[in-house]
Amino acid sequence: MNDMKNEDIRYHTVSVLVDNEAGVLARVIGLFSGRGYNIASLTVAEVDAKQRLSRITVVTSGTPMVIEQIKAQLGRLVPVHTVIDLTIEGPSVERELALVKVAATGEKRVESLRIADIFRARAVDSTNESFVFEIVGATEKLNAFIRLMEPLGLVDIARTGVAAIARGKAGM
Amino acid sequence: MSAKEMTGAKIILQALKDQGVDVVFGLPGGVTLSLYDEIYKQNELQHILVRHEQAAMHAAEGYARSTGRVGVALVTSGPGATNTITGLVDALMDSIPMVCLTGQVPTQLIGNDAFQEADTTGITRQATKHNYLVTKVEDLSRVLHEAFYVARSGRPGPVLVDLPKDVLNGFGLYTGPSKVEHKTYRPQIKGDMKQIEKAVKMLAAAKRPIIYGGGGIINSGPHASQLLAQLVKLSGAPCTLTLMGLGAFPASDKHYVGMPGMHGHYEANMAMHDCDLMLCVGARFDDRVTGRLSDFSPGSKKIHIDIDPSSINKNIVVDVGIVGDVAHVLEDMIKVWKSSQAKTDEKAIKAWWKTIDGWRARKSLDYKNDKKVIKPQYVIERLNALTKDKDIYVTTDVGQHQMWAAQYMAFEKPNHWMTSGGLGTMGYGLPAAMGAQMAHPKSVVATVTSEGSFVMNLQELATCVQYKMPVKVFLLNNGFLGMVRQWQEMFHGERYAESRLDVHPDFVKLAQSFGIKGLRAKKPDQVDSVILEALETDGPVLVDIAIDPMEKVFPMMPAGAAHNEILFGPDDQISRDVDEDDVVLA
Ligand SMILES: Cc1ncc(C[n+]2csc(CCOP(=O)(O)OP(=O)(O)O)c2C)c(N)n1
Ligand SMILES: [Mg+2]
Repeated sequence: MNDMKNEDIRYHTVSVLVDNEAGVLARVIGLFSGRGYNIASLTVAEVDAKQRLSRITVVTSGTPMVIEQIKAQLGRLVPVHTVIDLTIEGPSVERELALVKVAATGEKRVESLRIADIFRARAVDSTNESFVFEIVGATEKLNAFIRLMEPLGLVDIARTGVAAIARGKAGM
Repeated sequence: MSAKEMTGAKIILQALKDQGVDVVFGLPGGVTLSLYDEIYKQNELQHILVRHEQAAMHAAEGYARSTGRVGVALVTSGPGATNTITGLVDALMDSIPMVCLTGQVPTQLIGNDAFQEADTTGITRQATKHNYLVTKVEDLSRVLHEAFYVARSGRPGPVLVDLPKDVLNGFGLYTGPSKVEHKTYRPQIKGDMKQIEKAVKMLAAAKRPIIYGGGGIINSGPHASQLLAQLVKLSGAPCTLTLMGLGAFPASDKHYVGMPGMHGHYEANMAMHDCDLMLCVGARFDDRVTGRLSDFSPGSKKIHIDIDPSSINKNIVVDVGIVGDVAHVLEDMIKVWKSSQAKTDEKAIKAWWKTIDGWRARKSLDYKNDKKVIKPQYVIERLNALTKDKDIYVTTDVGQHQMWAAQYMAFEKPNHWMTSGGLGTMGYGLPAAMGAQMAHPKSVVATVTSEGSFVMNLQELATCVQYKMPVKVFLLNNGFLGMVRQWQEMFHGERYAESRLDVHPDFVKLAQSFGIKGLRAKKPDQVDSVILEALETDGPVLVDIAIDPMEKVFPMMPAGAAHNEILFGPDDQISRDVDEDDVVLA
């Protein structure tokens, strides 16, 4: 238990299965803002239309004690089915998608295409002066790609936030 | 329309009756008229017309707290709904089971800024345990039964159901409460046996144990109090009870060491500080109890029993956390204690009691009585003495009088003490007393208040008169927002900024204007006679008692101090500079 006093702030990916009822997302977001917890990324979509279940994936940060609180508080919400901390409960896959707009001509335009190729990003829109790249991967990979695009004429970014799931055959 | 179909309004009344509701506190408005029409047509369910919706909420809380049942309030849309916010948060903080029904504009008008429209579920989302907007009559029975289930199960709390006018007027089928089982919400009732066995071992092995109980014992029901008494006896440990827990263990028992925290007993705080094992039962390590966290009970192992997993390891990291209902967990602990033939370290326990008795001898609640000026402590002492043989329920408002009532009333049974603990809501006392009086018409219900708080809901005297609720109001009149004044005297150089209540009504005449008896005491020798006259009077009574305006609440562990840094009386000085952050008033 003593390790909970540890003041190390770490990022955790928490997967929350909820009833897809009116206001459920507001409840989760209100919990985070009301109690002063951090949201680094949040995604939500229905995953089971028959049972009307949605999965909310939150990337949050805090000391171990705060992370424990966040999970306990989420678990307390009436429409929440399960709360899983993917960061500590075995290996998981985390993916994010970004659309990255780069406006460039000449040498820079060529360079942006070359880097996109290395990152396996696809050009999904192109004009004479611009590209929109689509890139999928872990958050760090997206960050690295965006950093490299900056000096080449980065204009705009849209990111989905992290979707995550446990590896192996185990379900929720 | 088939034979069994009925209006939403009828469905609601049927659901309330099937949930065992006998009284509803409310105030009507445009969108709830059809529901009131149904109330008018029947006699089983009594509606109490309050004079302000906030009062309906506190009355429902008083009803709930004094019975263990779910309290119910019914208000209209817009301003009716927004007037409930304080009551909702109050019930949320103190874990009071309550269902609040709010009217709403017709579904097709929602979002249009219609007359008296408010986004009630949006506004109250963080103020409730859960809330619902019912958009179809078909959902009505299920939602209502679910609302009662959620309100009373697990860690109890307020549940709000928003009811659009067209849902009240529409037709649908009614289904009874039998089938309620929530899809996801399943509170854990039984504690983990491994943890329980560990806890019993630790408690038996302790040399300086303490049992620190809170409002969770009361929520768990009277049986939990009986089990607590058994465990105290088996372990020989001292027992301290928080403000919310008063009455969960008999104050007259020699194992009782009083209330811990900011204005708690010296022996309770010292025992909390010096113990080697703390068993926390349905309490939550609130900052008014713990004081400075870094110095809180530094040498003890801690066990925490709570039905709410999020309460465990929230403020204080504990060694053993047991999620479960207090009565269930205590029952298992006692079983394990007996079957394992656990033995306490008798010699150590004896020595521990000797130390505690030393702290007790300090008599931290002693005060200097006076022949000319009425001391508030004396009033409560006398109220306690003169009602000893009565089944008395006491509610309070918030401030110095609340602390004096907590300190000098002695409660032997649970459910007899109602106070706003977590939120500290001035204006709680009178309406909460109405709720308790409706639940216990034959018992004495008294409110201890002061003029600042009392005027926040004094309009309810009319409700008391209308429904013949013989509530006795004891108003400790110090002419100040007394608790604010105390902090200004102690921490702000005696600068009494906006805490003097220069103008207030003549409370005796005010009482008379409502058609009730008003009494006044100005001298100590009048205290007994006004208390006795109030108790002997049939109807409601308002007693205005002029107390020493400069009296302060002691002992005091200033906010942010540790349990062994206690001020005993007016002659004690604060030993260190007080940090601005520490000075947080309720
Ligand atoms: C609704 C509300 N507003 C403000 C406060 C802050 N507050 C705490 S105690 C207090 C003074 C209460 O005065 P009174 O009711 O006269 O009680 P006394 O302390 O004099 O006994 C105040 C203003 C509060 N607790 N509740
Ligand atoms: Mg006052």
